[in-house]
Amino acid sequence: MSDITVPETTKADWTSDQEPRWCPGCGDYSILTAVQTLMPELGVRRENTVFISGIGCAARFPYYMDTYGMHSIHGRAPAVSTGLAVARPDLDVWVIGGDGDMLSIGGNHLIHALRRNVNIKILLFNNQIYGLTKGQYSPTSEQGKITKSTPVGSLDMPFNPISLALGAEATFVARTHDMDRKHMQEMFRRAHAHQGAAIVEIYQNCNVFNDGAFHKITKRDNRDAMLINLSHGEPIRFGIDNERGLAMSTSGSIEIVDVDDVGEAGLLVHDEAAPDPAVAFAISRLATAPTMPTPVGVFRSVERPEYAAEVNRQVAEVTAAKGAGNLEDLLRSQPTWEVS
Amino acid sequence: MFQCRVSGESTHVAPNKDGLSFVGVALVTLRGLTSNRAGCQVGQTVIHEIEGTDVTDTASVSSGATSLDHIIIRFAGDSGDGMQLTGDRFTSASAMFGNDLATLPDFPAEIRAPAGTLAGVSAFQVQISDHDITTPGDAPSILVCMNPAALASELHRLEDGGTIIANEDTFDERNLAKAGYLDGVNPLADGSLDNYTLIKVPMTTITKRACADLGVKPRDADRSKNFFALGLVSWMYSRPVDTTLDWIKAKFAKNELVVAANTAAFKAGHAFGETAELSGHRAEIRSASLEPGTYTNINGNTALSWGLVAGSQLSGIPMFLGSYPITPASDILHELSTKKHFGIRTLQAEDEIAAVSAAVGASFGGHIGVTTTSGPGVALKGEAIGLALSLELPLVVIDIQRGGPSTGLPTKTEAADLMMAMYGRHGESPMPIVAAYSSAQCFDAAIEAVRIALKYRTPVMLLSDGYLANGTEPWKLPDVASLPSIEIEFATAPNAKNDDGEDVFWPYLRDPVTLARPWAIPGTPGLEHRVGGIEKQDGTGNISYDPDNHAHMVQIRADKVAVIADDIPLTMVDGPDDADLLVLGWGSTWGAITSAVRRARAAGHSVTHAHLTHLNPFPKDLGDVLRRYPKVIVPEMNLGQLTKLVRAEFLVDAQPVAKVKGQPFTAAEVFDVIEGALQ
Ligand code: SF4
Repeated sequence: MSDITVPETTKADWTSDQEPRWCPGCGDYSILTAVQTLMPELGVRRENTVFISGIGCAARFPYYMDTYGMHSIHGRAPAVSTGLAVARPDLDVWVIGGDGDMLSIGGNHLIHALRRNVNIKILLFNNQIYGLTKGQYSPTSEQGKITKSTPVGSLDMPFNPISLALGAEATFVARTHDMDRKHMQEMFRRAHAHQGAAIVEIYQNCNVFNDGAFHKITKRDNRDAMLINLSHGEPIRFGIDNERGLAMSTSGSIEIVDVDDVGEAGLLVHDEAAPDPAVAFAISRLATAPTMPTPVGVFRSVERPEYAAEVNRQVAEVTAAKGAGNLEDLLRSQPTWEVS
Repeated sequence: MFQCRVSGESTHVAPNKDGLSFVGVALVTLRGLTSNRAGCQVGQTVIHEIEGTDVTDTASVSSGATSLDHIIIRFAGDSGDGMQLTGDRFTSASAMFGNDLATLPDFPAEIRAPAGTLAGVSAFQVQISDHDITTPGDAPSILVCMNPAALASELHRLEDGGTIIANEDTFDERNLAKAGYLDGVNPLADGSLDNYTLIKVPMTTITKRACADLGVKPRDADRSKNFFALGLVSWMYSRPVDTTLDWIKAKFAKNELVVAANTAAFKAGHAFGETAELSGHRAEIRSASLEPGTYTNINGNTALSWGLVAGSQLSGIPMFLGSYPITPASDILHELSTKKHFGIRTLQAEDEIAAVSAAVGASFGGHIGVTTTSGPGVALKGEAIGLALSLELPLVVIDIQRGGPSTGLPTKTEAADLMMAMYGRHGESPMPIVAAYSSAQCFDAAIEAVRIALKYRTPVMLLSDGYLANGTEPWKLPDVASLPSIEIEFATAPNAKNDDGEDVFWPYLRDPVTLARPWAIPGTPGLEHRVGGIEKQDGTGNISYDPDNHAHMVQIRADKVAVIADDIPLTMVDGPDDADLLVLGWGSTWGAITSAVRRARAAGHSVTHAHLTHLNPFPKDLGDVLRRYPKVIVPEMNLGQLTKLVRAEFLVDAQPVAKVKGQPFTAAEVFDVIEGALQ
């Protein structure tokens, strides 16, 4: 929500006096910079902005923003934020967390915040590993991953956070990565503008415990060939010479095709506003690991009534219908009798 | 002494005076009566005859009615028989009539256990009296049994010589077997109830007949038999009729047939009493001489909900409730969800943890966050309560205790969460604890919990239990102007200077008296700050791992709760300083202890009763109070949790009196313990 009376700010205004304590080279730094440099462009006030996090490396984020903030407990940031957003629909509430925080211990809160469509902006720092507890596999780690807790390989099937969010009735779902500030900022800007719950999955490099997990697709030289940019209303194409694209197979799944083979008309045109999330879901299934061509951008952006606004609408409507509550009347709202 | 009239079998065919087309064969068998016993003596009551007066429409007193000072009735039937509704209506009519009363709903956890089984028995006990009472009574003198299982499961509670009113239609082979009676045994026919007054009534048959001409299907008519029972008991105890008939009209307004059937059944029950020569069983309980004022009959969860509303209104701080449905707390969520016009926002969260977390988020935003639950929910919320404690934000956690551990006894009462309230979080994590002691007093307890939470920026545990939650009592409505004012101010300006001499806001710079930190809410320019569960430096609130600072913060958090002792009432003491015995209680034992102590004094004992409304911190004088008496006993619905706390804190030889049966103490039980202690 832009407000022309908002004073101009710079990155410095949004930067707190606390030194970030992430490992040198951690992808979290570039996400922090992306957010701090984006905020002055959003036309919002620092005092109306709140960052809420759970626990994990990413969860230190609020301490570094000179806004209101809360470093809560493991997994609960979406729930804490839901309460805050319902109580205070006037605020911009951002939720920060990693893959363990949001998809493991806090998975339940994430999916319910998404289905309710609470006006919170969720930045999911996905590094496919547990960093703060020193390197156990996470719910997004690839199967077979050797870690301290899985010396002969993890057995668990990982979550695909985009598929999960789409299945949880999310109204805004996007993916970006920590090596491209411009793209991150575009996704954050879109999330901020969305009325309702928005989730942005950020592929984030943990250079200590899972270094290079995304490099095959996010390194500058690999991006053209490996990142599939989703752009609303346009045929989905990628490749060094834009020679490849996505098409829907007869079975309804999405496949990579050569444009020469199918022609421009044979390509899938991205529709982020499609009421049915089926195609977005199919696109999210294309890559099963960040080692193959992977879609990034906005998968889905649809309008649905926002939860906090609806709660407050009910409060306003009931108040208008009944009049503001009165304690005297409340105490006499059941049958009474007089003793004299 | 009043003499019961013994009749053999009498048969009536009676059009009733309300013009109902009731034609019934009323078969009444009064068994085993001996003079001046069975059904004529009620509890400790002295019974005396009163002058008969005209029968009126509100059926106040009829000729030959005995005047009693109190009566205890227990309605029991299958879960599907509507016993809670029946008891509730009887109670409401009595309340409107002006009796003092107390109720004890007692129902199974299953919504509908297999019909007719012991597991499915649902009961409702009510004591009504013409004087001040504090409990739903010990042994009932009247037991209404809608089926054999109800008789089998509840008979042991009935006082010697009490009256059984049984729906004899249900005492068939199948139901008797389901209730566990041996083949061929029917307690209504085998003389085994000879020591009681047995009134057998074909309730189902008469109800069906009464409904026959209304176009109600027999199966639907069967569902109205609880109103027959209500009508009969209403006649027996001279309860007002109109209030119930009006209520039936309003309650079932959507379905005319149901209104007609229930009305017919009620009137048939009433007429049955009138016509079936039950007049020997008729009694009247005069209205109680309660303090002048306006009264309502209220249960604990409603009173608690209204107290929360009041806390929000008195402080001007909007309320946010995060809750997850759980027995026996859900009714608070239901009630508050209808209070949107008081600015109350309710969230039915995805789980207990989300419920409390959302409340913490709302408190950060300047609302008073509340979460309601029972023991299992508190266990889940522990970490988030610790967060509120570390953030030093207001939060009210309401635990409507039930039998534990684990799922335990969801619909039965217990008060065994005291230690969890005290210590059920990791680390040194003290929080204030307020405990309600009667259903109506839940109102004041809720206001007090909100007041402490807001003023001291701390989570507060408010303990109630299933007995208080569902039990009802008449409540003299307070004068709203007399309720405590709760003055809360948000921080609006910087409160410190940084090294460069610039104005800054330190979120943990404390009030020197309350030790509370300033509450600066988002939206306030210039006071942007971060809080978190990580240990922080006192004052600035910045993350700090400094050992001395942590020691300081642990102490500050303890002191912050301790100083509340200066801001709460002294121990509630009833009785002389030099008594031979002190009975110390907390929570819902208040009613039973009060009643037992009255009896003990009447029996010539010197006994004092002290009751705690605040369990952390304790009232400042509690140590002195405890040390004043040669003997201290502590009746608790647990194995001695308060006892351990006071022994540890004050080195007194307090002795626990435990009851963990899912049922509240009766006054008789406490009385026996008092007598035992004084021997
Ligand atoms: S452990 Fe990994 S994710 Fe955590 S701060 Fe270090 S590099 Fe970043």
